[in-house]
Amino acid sequence: MKEWRAEKLMPGALIPVGGTARQYKTGGWRSEHPVWDERACKQCFLCWIYCPDGSIKVRDGKVIGIDYDYCKGCGICANECPADAIKMAEGGEPNG
Amino acid sequence: MAKLTEKIVAITGNAAVAQAMRQINPDVVAAYPITPQTDIAETFAEFVADGLVDTEYVTVESEHSAMSACVGASAAGARVMTATSSQGLALMWEILYIAAGMRLPITMTNVNRCLSAPINIHCDHSDSMGARDSGWIQIYSENAQEAYDNVIQAIRIAEHKSVLLPVMVNMDGFIVSHSIERVELLDDEVVKRFVGEYKPVYPLLDVENPVTHGPFDGLGGFYFEHKKAQIEAIERSRKVVLDVADEFKRISGREYGCFEPYRLDDAEVALVVLNSAAGTSKCVVDAMREEGYPVGILKLRVFRPFLARELSEALKHLKAVAILERATSPGSFGPLYAEIRSALYDLEARPKMVNLIYGLGGREFRPEHAKEAFGVCLKVAQTKRVEKPLGYLGLKEVEVIS
Amino acid sequence: MKIKELSATKERFTSGHRLCAGCGAGIVVRQVLMATDKPVVVCCPTGCLEVSSTIYPSTAWDTPYIHNAFENAAATLSGVESAYRFLRKKGRIDREIRFVAFGGDGGTYDIGLQALSGALERGHGMVYVCYDNGAYMNTGIQRSSATPRGAWTTTSPVGKVIPGKTQDRKDLTACVAAHDIPYVAQASPSHWRDLVTKARKAFEVDGPAFLNILSPCPRGWRYPGSQSIAVARLAVETCFWPLFEVEDGRWKLNYKPKEKKPLVEWLKPQGRFKHLFAPENEHIIEEQQAKVDKDWERLLRLCGEA
Repeated sequence: MKEWRAEKLMPGALIPVGGTARQYKTGGWRSEHPVWDERACKQCFLCWIYCPDGSIKVRDGKVIGIDYDYCKGCGICANECPADAIKMAEGGEPNG
Repeated sequence: MAKLTEKIVAITGNAAVAQAMRQINPDVVAAYPITPQTDIAETFAEFVADGLVDTEYVTVESEHSAMSACVGASAAGARVMTATSSQGLALMWEILYIAAGMRLPITMTNVNRCLSAPINIHCDHSDSMGARDSGWIQIYSENAQEAYDNVIQAIRIAEHKSVLLPVMVNMDGFIVSHSIERVELLDDEVVKRFVGEYKPVYPLLDVENPVTHGPFDGLGGFYFEHKKAQIEAIERSRKVVLDVADEFKRISGREYGCFEPYRLDDAEVALVVLNSAAGTSKCVVDAMREEGYPVGILKLRVFRPFLARELSEALKHLKAVAILERATSPGSFGPLYAEIRSALYDLEARPKMVNLIYGLGGREFRPEHAKEAFGVCLKVAQTKRVEKPLGYLGLKEVEVIS
Repeated sequence: MKIKELSATKERFTSGHRLCAGCGAGIVVRQVLMATDKPVVVCCPTGCLEVSSTIYPSTAWDTPYIHNAFENAAATLSGVESAYRFLRKKGRIDREIRFVAFGGDGGTYDIGLQALSGALERGHGMVYVCYDNGAYMNTGIQRSSATPRGAWTTTSPVGKVIPGKTQDRKDLTACVAAHDIPYVAQASPSHWRDLVTKARKAFEVDGPAFLNILSPCPRGWRYPGSQSIAVARLAVETCFWPLFEVEDGRWKLNYKPKEKKPLVEWLKPQGRFKHLFAPENEHIIEEQQAKVDKDWERLLRLCGEA
């Protein structure tokens, strides 16, 4: 089912696979981008639980950064971080 | 052919439909009572209460929710049935299109009743005629026997893998729904085998393979293509309706097509009718034939899909045809007339055609009305002129209409 | 409950959805879905979340999902859940599945109220979540019965003679509680622990559960997207949006601010209330404060806190 494409219509516009939105990268929407400071991070996970886009990367029970593929740059993480470990920077691209 | 029919009973149209539903034993029924459908909802509730069916019966708070729950249950992977009438069908309107567009094989009995206002509980076909563009297959039934037979066949048509569309079986409110008639019921086991077990495609409840039903299919999407696919499915149903009828004949001995010609081959004028008016008209045909009049009728069973080619073939030899219509489209002709007339347009020689509205709000359709309709046809055939393309049968004399 | 443990649950509402930056609905959905490990079937009525999460052929639902129409999520899910009960009864499904609807205030307070009431009365095993953003945001910020009095919307505009919405909002949580269903709660994504705890309870009761969750909307409320959680928190701290639950008919207050903040602190950051700060409209703020006070006192009494 992985090769399924929209042109292969299913009855009633059914989408036969879950989570295909992952193929759509919303990162291009950003006009500001969050910068995560690993040393300042207290690993409280508040950024993760408040992110509307699931764009806080977590691995092995640790926050490891921002998923710029999907982060829309809303800035909730930066606003809520109690340790000031996330700051918003100008421009959509993290290295731009 | 040996008939497998076991039981001959005297029951109403509604009871016959309820019996069909009991024998089909659907997984989910979501229904809301409305006159004249009510005793289908009641009788089925008794079957549930007595443990005669395994059905989850969702006693919803409106017809809108009835059809909505049917959509949910059908998408979930259940075999789903319901029944309604008139205002109930009108309230379902929005969801009728969704059921068809989502390709959900729901089977619904619609007990034909007129639409308000003025409020009136009796028969006409305004309800189902208005739903003709919703994408549902529509089958009409002359009597209780046909309603019973059609409901059983509808399951197979709807669920056929090349179709996957909802089916509406219509019968006349009160005239058929509440009249006690002779009905031959099939054996429970025979019906069970005939409808078989339902195997859904892409059920929502397959949690291992999560599917999305009913996505937003906007400008950048494939709405047009999905609609085209839906149109192709209802086109394919033409063959399926006939195949299912063939199979049904083998278990019942009763024959069904997409329409039924009655003394039509050698007729010169004919009426096209739906539902119970066919019975009355057939009697009149027999009587008038005795007197030497070349009359016949065509009873339409399947209105959606519309059988334009077949109908033009069946009617082309006639001199005049009256389309009898128990519905109106104020400001225009009746829908049946408009479509049949259009179907015959490309014939080199075609019959003259008139549209006669009858029986609105349950006004009785009596033999003299059929006779009057044939009279109109015979005059048109003789004069080769249609003076009034739109007429009315059975209006009462009233002092003032203003 | 440890937040790190929650982070191990599979994201069933995936990234790549097209809700606005900073939208509260995405946060609400994520927090609710992390409350259960059981398979969940989701139903959305028409609305922001529905449109943004399933733009064909893309779906942000990595779990079974159905949309039918605007006013019928509860009825649609009734059908799904009835099919489930049938198939369980027949042994054709052998595992527990949970059912959740996510409707906006339009699809819940207004056009979908009848279907919701019907489903609650029939007792279907489903969690109905209202993500309440206080207006029809999907069609561009029109007033709903959840819109607070005084708020600007495009159908309650601030004109020369009428200063925004003239009616108070409907207390839907109380309406639903009056159905006497097993579990009803009001929550806010700012208070995530309270929200996830409530969602867990909702998923585990036998019968219907209802969660009314405040869902800040940067576009409609007129504040920067980064402030969504902060605005939600102020709604709780000012007692505009108290956190409480009704469990088997017992009302319980879940959070009492140490110091009840004045309502203006919640109104001030939101552009939709800007006109209320003009001198001729200040009485509306006073009246709104009086209403919040009265509702809060009543809630304290219901919860045995007064």
